[in-house]
Parts: sequence; structure tokens; C-alpha cells
Amino acid sequence: MPRPPTVGRFVRAVRGPVRPRPRLGARGTLALLLPLVSVTGLLVLAPPAAAADDVRTEEARVPSGSGADAVELDTTLFVPASAADEPAPAVVLAHGFGGSKQSVADDARDLADRGYVVLTYSARGFGRSTGQIGLDDPRYEIADLSTLIDLLADRDDVLLDGDGDPRVGVAGGSYGGALALLGAAYDDRIDAIAPQITWNSLTSALFPSQEGVEDSGTPAATPEGSDAGVYKRLWAGLFFGVGSAPGDGLLGALGGGDGAAAGAPLDPSSPDPSSADPSSADPAVVEQALTCGRFRADICAAYQSAAATGTLTPEIRAVLDRSSPARVLDRIHAPTLLVQGTQDSLFGLGQADANARGIAATGTPVKVVWYAGGHDTQADDRVTADLRDRVAGWFDFHLGGTGEDPGTGFEFPAPTGLGGGGVGTVQGGTQSVRAGTYPGLAGADPVQRTGVPVTGPTQPVVTPAGGTPAAITTVPGLGSLGAVLGGTAVEIPGQFAAFGSEPLDSAVEVVGAPTVELAVASPSGSATLFAKLYDAGPDGGLTLPSGLVAPLALTGLSSDPSAPTQVEVTLPGIVHRFEAGHTMRVVVSSTDQAFALPAEAAVYSVGLAGPGVDLSVPQVAGQVQTDAGTSRWWILLAVVAGLGLLGWGVATLWGRRRRRRVSAVEPDGEDVPLRFEGVTKAYKDGFVAVRDLSFEVRRGQVLGLLGPNGAGKTTSLRMLMGLIRPTEGRISIFGHAAGPGAPVLSRLGSFVEGTGLQPHLSGRDNLRLYWAATGRPDEDAHMDDAIAVAGLGSAIDRPVRRYSQGMRQRVAIAQAMLGLPDLLVLDEPTNGLDPPQIHAMREVLRSYAATGRTVIVSSHLLSEIEQTCSHVVVMAKGQKIAQGTVEEIVGTGGAVSIGLSDDAETDRAIAVLVALPGVTAGRTDEGLVADLDGVGRAAALQALVSAGIGVDEFTPRRRLEDAFLALVGESS
Amino acid sequence: MTLSEHVQPTGAVAGYRPERTLRLSVELRRQFKRRRTIGIFALMVALPLILIGALQLGGSEDAGDNARINLVDVATSSGLNFTLFVLFATTGFFLVVVFALCFGDSVASEAQWGSLRYTLATPVPRMRLLRQKWIAALVQSVGALLTLATVAVVAGGITFGFEDIQTPVGVTLDQREGLLRLVGMLGYLAVHLLVVGALAFWFSTITDAPLAAVGGAVFTMFVFAILDQVEQLGSIRDWFPTAQEYAWTDLLQTPVDSADLFRGVVQSLVYAAVFTALAFRHFARRDVTS
Repeated sequence: MPRPPTVGRFVRAVRGPVRPRPRLGARGTLALLLPLVSVTGLLVLAPPAAAADDVRTEEARVPSGSGADAVELDTTLFVPASAADEPAPAVVLAHGFGGSKQSVADDARDLADRGYVVLTYSARGFGRSTGQIGLDDPRYEIADLSTLIDLLADRDDVLLDGDGDPRVGVAGGSYGGALALLGAAYDDRIDAIAPQITWNSLTSALFPSQEGVEDSGTPAATPEGSDAGVYKRLWAGLFFGVGSAPGDGLLGALGGGDGAAAGAPLDPSSPDPSSADPSSADPAVVEQALTCGRFRADICAAYQSAAATGTLTPEIRAVLDRSSPARVLDRIHAPTLLVQGTQDSLFGLGQADANARGIAATGTPVKVVWYAGGHDTQADDRVTADLRDRVAGWFDFHLGGTGEDPGTGFEFPAPTGLGGGGVGTVQGGTQSVRAGTYPGLAGADPVQRTGVPVTGPTQPVVTPAGGTPAAITTVPGLGSLGAVLGGTAVEIPGQFAAFGSEPLDSAVEVVGAPTVELAVASPSGSATLFAKLYDAGPDGGLTLPSGLVAPLALTGLSSDPSAPTQVEVTLPGIVHRFEAGHTMRVVVSSTDQAFALPAEAAVYSVGLAGPGVDLSVPQVAGQVQTDAGTSRWWILLAVVAGLGLLGWGVATLWGRRRRRRVSAVEPDGEDVPLRFEGVTKAYKDGFVAVRDLSFEVRRGQVLGLLGPNGAGKTTSLRMLMGLIRPTEGRISIFGHAAGPGAPVLSRLGSFVEGTGLQPHLSGRDNLRLYWAATGRPDEDAHMDDAIAVAGLGSAIDRPVRRYSQGMRQRVAIAQAMLGLPDLLVLDEPTNGLDPPQIHAMREVLRSYAATGRTVIVSSHLLSEIEQTCSHVVVMAKGQKIAQGTVEEIVGTGGAVSIGLSDDAETDRAIAVLVALPGVTAGRTDEGLVADLDGVGRAAALQALVSAGIGVDEFTPRRRLEDAFLALVGESS
Repeated sequence: MTLSEHVQPTGAVAGYRPERTLRLSVELRRQFKRRRTIGIFALMVALPLILIGALQLGGSEDAGDNARINLVDVATSSGLNFTLFVLFATTGFFLVVVFALCFGDSVASEAQWGSLRYTLATPVPRMRLLRQKWIAALVQSVGALLTLATVAVVAGGITFGFEDIQTPVGVTLDQREGLLRLVGMLGYLAVHLLVVGALAFWFSTITDAPLAAVGGAVFTMFVFAILDQVEQLGSIRDWFPTAQEYAWTDLLQTPVDSADLFRGVVQSLVYAAVFTALAFRHFARRDVTS
């Protein structure tokens, strides 16, 4: 069984588009952090481009910064051979958090193959670079980037825009993406950027609060929150943990799960921060190294404060804001390709939306691409390869000035009704929808929003003390847990309020962040809530698209449940298709285990802001990219049809040629039904079954092929039937060359070794079907004659499997005689027949030949041949021994041996015989032998009897028989 | 009468035309008189009925415990759903065997009976014989597949109702759309299983034992299916003849992602063409000694 356990398990739809294989499970929990640590989470999965020999690499350690912040950056430069002749644009590839330059090596090689000089490096604090992590701090990491661009400007093989200004693009995912954005803001030498799955504001990513509605007209506009936010506990912990683990600890463990994540941190020689500085004997330094790892002290302090309190203090905000592109987007003038994932609970679509708005506000070209993947899920290989092409295409146009203009549009994965999330990039991952513009960006129409009425009473929502138990919707890195558990996220009863729509009349495809207005009251005036939009199927199945939730940190709420405060809420940005018949269900819960929750127990009251509240869902019309989808099927069809036509044409031509060839005929063909000329059949193993066999059969003859078993009789007959190809020589039937499928074979009827009858059919059906298979007219068959030959009577209608051997044999001979063939070939026809049947068969064959047709019979019995045939060919060991009429071979003219009843009368008998004209007689060892020489045997016998001599035996003498028997005896 | 009167220039007897030998209708008549063929079709009719019985009998106690989304859970929600379940259950083994049987048996069984030599000496040109056998095997196996699906749709519909398709993830396809997709799935399955068939057909021209041809093809497929489970082989597995075996389930998506389907079709066609070509090549040169 190929995969017995999968029978009945609909793995495909949930596992992803490739095949039901336990890919995810095998990686286990190690997969949790892969998207985080893998650098451009999207690029690493694709198989490395074919190793290009013409890309050479240069390793270098580049000093950057000054004073206490001076570091050495570990860099690798990929230089294509073509750059030596003509300076090429450069691309800096930045890695993701926890990675190193190794993690982008494959991407770098791919870009270098496309003709770019590619610089990869480990950011400070990562890999083999020294220094401490500053979270893309403009003073450190961004300054490092400028240092590296200086380096590129000095190279001869890099295209320059001006003195000290190379033509350079920056790409990277996550941490590297923010570096690209911030780099483009601070260093205007950067000519194009392609940041992927990165943040706009680290503050709003780690302390989100989606209260309010961002009125920008973009599909995924998400409020950045006010002073407060709900601390994204799990993600922040992972984020910090990767950078702070002393030495290789955490990463070493993680790296084992996937080579992609195994960058320099795995290398035992990579500098350990606790041992990097010999002066670290200072206990304070050691403590800092152990708790903060390679983080800068201020970042470490901010994290520790946030993790301990879960609140956003001004100090934390200052640190996070410094690392956020949000404030400096207006300084970016490099064309920007923003790639964001739909399966991303860390940096959601709202982050890219904010980036797009900020950059486009100054008129800078921005293209937005959403893909099925993100920090929660690695994209599948195809999506990855596609994105790789897209990034390269962006640089081709904006750096190299070649290729098609990628434009400033918007692409997103075609919405599906599946939850997505942790179970792989699910369906639709490879189909994308393309829209001309990103709605709401400068100049473009705002996104179209549709109102979907939702209803539901005001409900009490309990928040438990200590925040436990908590709803589980998302596990960082794994995405929607609900999808793993079969479509139901874990909601705790009593801790949520739900509001549903009517079942939808038609499917609604939501592209972006829906909004809804709630009314909330809290006794304390503040509330932490989590709003989400479920897809509820008609059978009650719930799907939480991408496992995303919108945290709300609400303050200043009414404490009176009868007069609640109205709150506008932006739900998470999603790409999801709500099928017809499904309902949209807004769920507001008080807990979510991925976030820091208030420790105090409370009961909130959550309702809709009014009876007629609409859920406002964004929709983006676009062109599903089906060009590859349907046209390739047509191409395939055309190719198949074309090949079919070609094959047909070739077959026709070949058939015509063949017909010309088989039409060549020997002039005496009709008189010589069969002619063997020097035919040899040697098998591959060296055995020669037939050697240099030549003979002719004339019309009207009954030819006997006589020889012991293994003499080559059957092989010869098979060659004549075209079943076996002779190694040498030529066989012609009625003057036409015999061979496989030669049309002249249609004048041949054959019965060779075995009846070939279908046992489940009756004799008559066998004959009928056989004739039908010849395709010849029914009236040519002479079916009744054949059935008469078989002589089975009513048994002809019984299934063949009940026949005796002799009956089968007769049916098979009858089959050979269907259509009254001009040449009838029978191999051992009388085997298994009883004497009367043998006698009848002889009569049939003789009378058949009398009609001018020719019969060939093979046998190992001399008497058989003698009694049936007119001519005989004797074979032994594959060779012809003798040939002639039966008379010649068997009887040798007139010699007879005579047995007398009384031996004393021998002399008298000799005298009587010799008295006849021309007769000689004498004694031999075998007794009396006489050569009659023209005198009839009857006359000689008459003479003896008249002379009163008693004759016991009077038989023709067979000289050949002795020789033949000797041969048979020798071979057997 | 003289013999030459009824002879064509090619040496053939009057009334003999190579292109009329072993017509498809004759070959099908030959095949459909066999118990093997009748047995296959009987099984195809019986299998859905047995499955219906099993689903009805099995009770629903344990069905709910299965946390994994699967096709069994929704098998009883409509006749079309049931059909999908039947296809899913039979793709891996049952249909493979049926295709292997129809193709693998075609030439080898004639050799075993000894009727092959008489057919060839008729003469049916070898290439034509093979072509007709191939087409007849295709008709039989696809016929079996269609019978299975038809019985499943009708019997399933009668038992579970002629309703829309419910996919395990809660997406609904209406009946018209569902039937259309079902046709697509059957088409895909037919093309994909053609690989097994062509392989068995090739074996069938090599051996005189039908069992060896059928068994050889099935065995080969299973070896690939087992190798398919070896993760270490990585993307090599995408080139296996068994790859994209379940790609037809992609047709349940909205919108349909046809990338795997396309790859599966192209790959299957190439494999089938190669195996078929090998069969023709071998048979054209072969000495028929059976």
C-alpha cells in the first residue's frame, strides 16, 4: 500500500498544496523560530541556484564605527565575472534577526548569477561580527550600512552614480527589511529597496492596540495605538531570547532543525560575547553578558522592563521608536518593493500598509506584494522562488534599467476559505491577484468597503485573575493553532462575546482589515480585549483566518454597562474568502495567551455600538493571474495534439513505404507457395535452431516436414508465420517476403504448437471471434466447412475448457482452415487424435490439397508423413537431411523384402522372381530381397503365389529409415 | 478458379485490409467476454455499495474523536462527498491495481493462451495489435473508473442525498460545480494512473505471464510510494511517477490552484509516453515464442 494511513485522511487541503507529507511535523517545535531566525524568511527555502562558476566570492572583515562602538563586520562579496568587463549595480542583502551572512548566501548567489555585485554581511552582534545588537539603530546598524556602501563605491566593478555613490539596492527580511527602510531614509545613495515582512513601528508591533479606525483608505490600515498597547509577550520573548542567549545556546539548539537557520552562530569558533573581551572578568559585565547577551544595555533594560510589567513606558517607546522606520518614511526616496506575509502575527499587514502610506506620501514609487507566508509560516518553494524573481525584477528595473517595469501596483494571494496559518501555506498560495494600484495610496481611489450587518446582544466577558486560562489563537512561528486543531481556535467559555452576521448570500472576499464599532464598559474604566473575525461554516465549523487577533488596550471606559463607551475597532488585516452560506462572526475575548494580560479579575460588558452596526469589510478588485493558469493547459493540449498528428503522419508515410516494399513479388510466386532460401536462426545465447535451410514447396503438394523433436521444424514454421525473425536468409510465401505482419500471411492458415483457444468461450465463439479479428468479410470464412472439419457436433457450442485434447486440436485445425487459406501449415496435427480421427484428418488434408491449395505438415513420425504427404523434407539438428517425394524418400522405387513361410523355398522363389522381366533378387542378411524395377508388386506377388510359394510378408524396403532412425537415436 | 484472382498486389488475400484487423469493437468483445473484465466491473459496482454499508454500519461514535480534518468525516454529507471519499480511498491502491490489471494483462494473457501467434499470423501488424490492445485496455480501465464514480454518485446520492459538496474545511461547492470538478478529478486520475497502466503494458510485452506484468507494475509503484515517504530524498520525490498522486484534491479549492495538477498531468503524460514507447519498441523486435 502506498500510504495506507492516509486513506480517509484529507491531508492535502490542510497540509498545503504540495503533497501529504509530514513536513511540518517532522521539524517539530524547532520550526517555531525558523521564520524569525531565517534571514529573509522567504528566500532561504528555494533550492540554491545552480552553482555558477563565474561568481567569485571575497571574504573580508570590515571595520565600522568608532570609539566604544567600533566593530568588525564579517562580510562576503559575491562578484559575477561579468562585472569585470562592465561595472554592475550592487545589492546589499541583510539577514533576519538571529541569522548571519550565511543565511542569505543562497539568495546572494542567485542575485550574483543575475549579474549583481552582492554584499552580504553579518550585522553587528550576529554571526562572526563583533559588537552589540542595537536593533537597527540609526547610530550603529544604519551607520554600518553606510560604511559598507562606501566600500562598494571604491570598487571598480560596481557601477557608480557619482563619486562615492554606487548604484546600490538593499533587500532583506524582517530585521534586514527594517535595515533597508531605515538605510534608505538615512543614506540617500541607496537607489532601490525591497524590504520584506518587516515593521513600520516596532512599538505598535510589540505593543499593539487596534482601537480606532485609520481613515486612510488603504486596505490594511491599522491604528498604531496610543500610549498604551497590549504587550505581545510570546513574540517579544522569542525575539529577545534569540539575541540575548549567551554564546550559541539557543541558536545552537534551533539551528539543528534546519540548515537554513544554521548560520555562523553554530560555528564553534564564533565569538562568544562573554569571552570576547578579556576584561570581562568584571562581575557586572558578566551579568550583563549572561542576561542581555549581545544586546546593547539600553535595549536590554527596555526589554526587561517590558517583560516584567507588560506596559509601555516612555523609555521603552524611545528605544523602539528609534528602531522604527515610521518616523523617517518621508525621507525615503528610493523605489520600494514592500513584501508582507498574510501569515504573520508578529508584523501584520498593517505594518506594511503604514510603510506604504508613509513612503508613497512623498511620491516615491511603492509596490505592495502580499504573499501566503510570513513569520508564522514559511512560504512554499514556489512562492519563495516567485518572490525571489520579483525582488530581482524590482532591482533589474530600478537599478539596472532593464526588464519590465514592475509598476506600483498591488498583489495579494487569491483569497481562499481556508484558515491558513500554521499548517503550511495553504491553497491559493501560488495564485495571486493583481490590482493596478494599492488602494488609498497617493492618487489612488480608497479601498472599497462593504457593510455586513452583524447582530448580537451585549454580553458579559470575564477576565480571569492572572489571565489564566487564556484563549489560544496563535503560537508564534506556528501561526493559527486553530488550523492545527481542525478549524477551532480555543476560546474559553465566559471569556468572550460573539456577534454574527446572517449567512452570506454570496461569497465575500476580504482583503485587508475590517472594522467594527463596539460598545464596552468596564468597572475599572480600562479593559484589555482581543477582537477577531471568525469564519463560521454552516455546519458550525469555525475558522480564524491566519489565526490573527486584534488586541485592544482600552482606557477611559464607562463603568456603567447600561451606558457603555463606543469603541471603533480595526480587526486584523487578512486575505480570506467567506463562502456563501457562511457567517462572519466577530468575537471579542478577554484573554489571549500570546499577550500580557491584566492580573486583576474583572467582568466587562461588550456589545455592539448599536442595533444597525455594520462590519465594514475591505474588498479589492483585481485580476487573478490566470495567464499561466489556463493558457498552459491549452499549450499542453496543443502539444499533445501536435505530437499526435505528427505520429499519425509518420505512421501513414511509413505504411505507404511498407506497402510498396511488400508489393515486390517473385515471378514464379504463385507456383511456389513457400520457399526457404538459406534460412538460419541463431539465438543470442549461441544456439542455432535452424541452419541454412533451403527448400521449395510447389502448388498442390502436401509437404511433410519430418524430423525428431528439436530438429527445428517448429522454429521454421514460426519464422514463416512472422513470429520469429530469421537471422539470415529469406522466406517467401507466394513470392512475397514473409515477415512480421506481411500481408501475404493472410493467405496462410496455421496451427502451430498449442491451440490458442480462449478457454471460456465455446468452440464456435472462438472461431467467430478469430475470424472477426481478421477483419475480413464474413462470407469469406466458410465457417460451416470449418466446423464440419472439426466434427464436434453439438459440442461446438460448449466452452472450450470442457473439451478433450483431441477436440481442442480439431477446433484449432478448423480455425486454421477458416477462409480456406491457399497455404495451410499444421504442426503435429494428429497429436492427441484417436486413430479414426487421424484417418479422417488425412482425408481432409488430401482433399484440401486436391483443390490446388498447398499443405505443410510437420511431424516426428515417419509413418504419419508417409501416409499423408506427397513430398517430404527431412530435418535433424536444424539442418535439412533429405528432400523429395515420399516415394523417393520412403519407398526408394521397387525394392521389397519378402518373408517366405518356408525358408527352404528361397531358391525357388529367387528363380521365380528373376524370371520376371528386369527383376533381380537375392539373399541378404535381412532375408530375401528383390528389386522389382518397374514390375508391379502385385504382379511379383502373383507370380510367387502362382508358383505355390507361401508368402508371409511382402513389404517395400526402406533404406532411408535406417539412416533416419540412427539420427533420431543419436539426437535423443 | 485460379488463385491469383483473389490476391492483392501486396500479396494479401482479397478482403484482407490491415487497418480492419482486430477492430476495437472486436477486441472489446473479446475482453468483455472474459471473467476478469466482468469481475473488475462487478467489483467497481460493489465497492461503493460496500463502503456505503460500512459507513452506515460503522456508527458515529468514534467519528467525532478524530481531530484531524478528513474526508471520512464529510463522506456522508452528500453523494458527491461520498464519491470524493471513494476516490480518495481507492487512489493509492485499488485503482492502481485495476489499471495495472487492464494494461498488464492485455498482451501477456494472449501470449499465455497461445492466441497471440495466431493473431499475429492473421496477420495483425504488430504495431496495430499493440495499439488496439492499448486502447482497449484504456477503455476498460477508464470505464472501470467511470463505473466506480457513477455508482458512487448515484448510490451515494440515494443514500446520503443529492446535496452540495462539503469540503472538510467547510467550503461548499454546489452540485453543478461539484460535478464539473468531479469530471476534472476523474480526468486527472485517468491520466495519472495511465503511468501505471503504461508501465504494466510495457511489462506485458516482455513477459508471457500476465501476473508478472501486473505484479511488476504494482510493485514498482509501491516501491516509489514507499520511497516517497523518505523525507531525505527531498525534491527528488517530485519526479517520481507516483508524485502528485493526490493532486486531484486541489480541485476542491476555490479558486483552483492548478499548478500541481498541471505538473502531474505533464509528468504523467511523459512517463506514460516513455513506457508506451518502450513497449512498442520491445514488441516490434521481439521473437514471439509463446
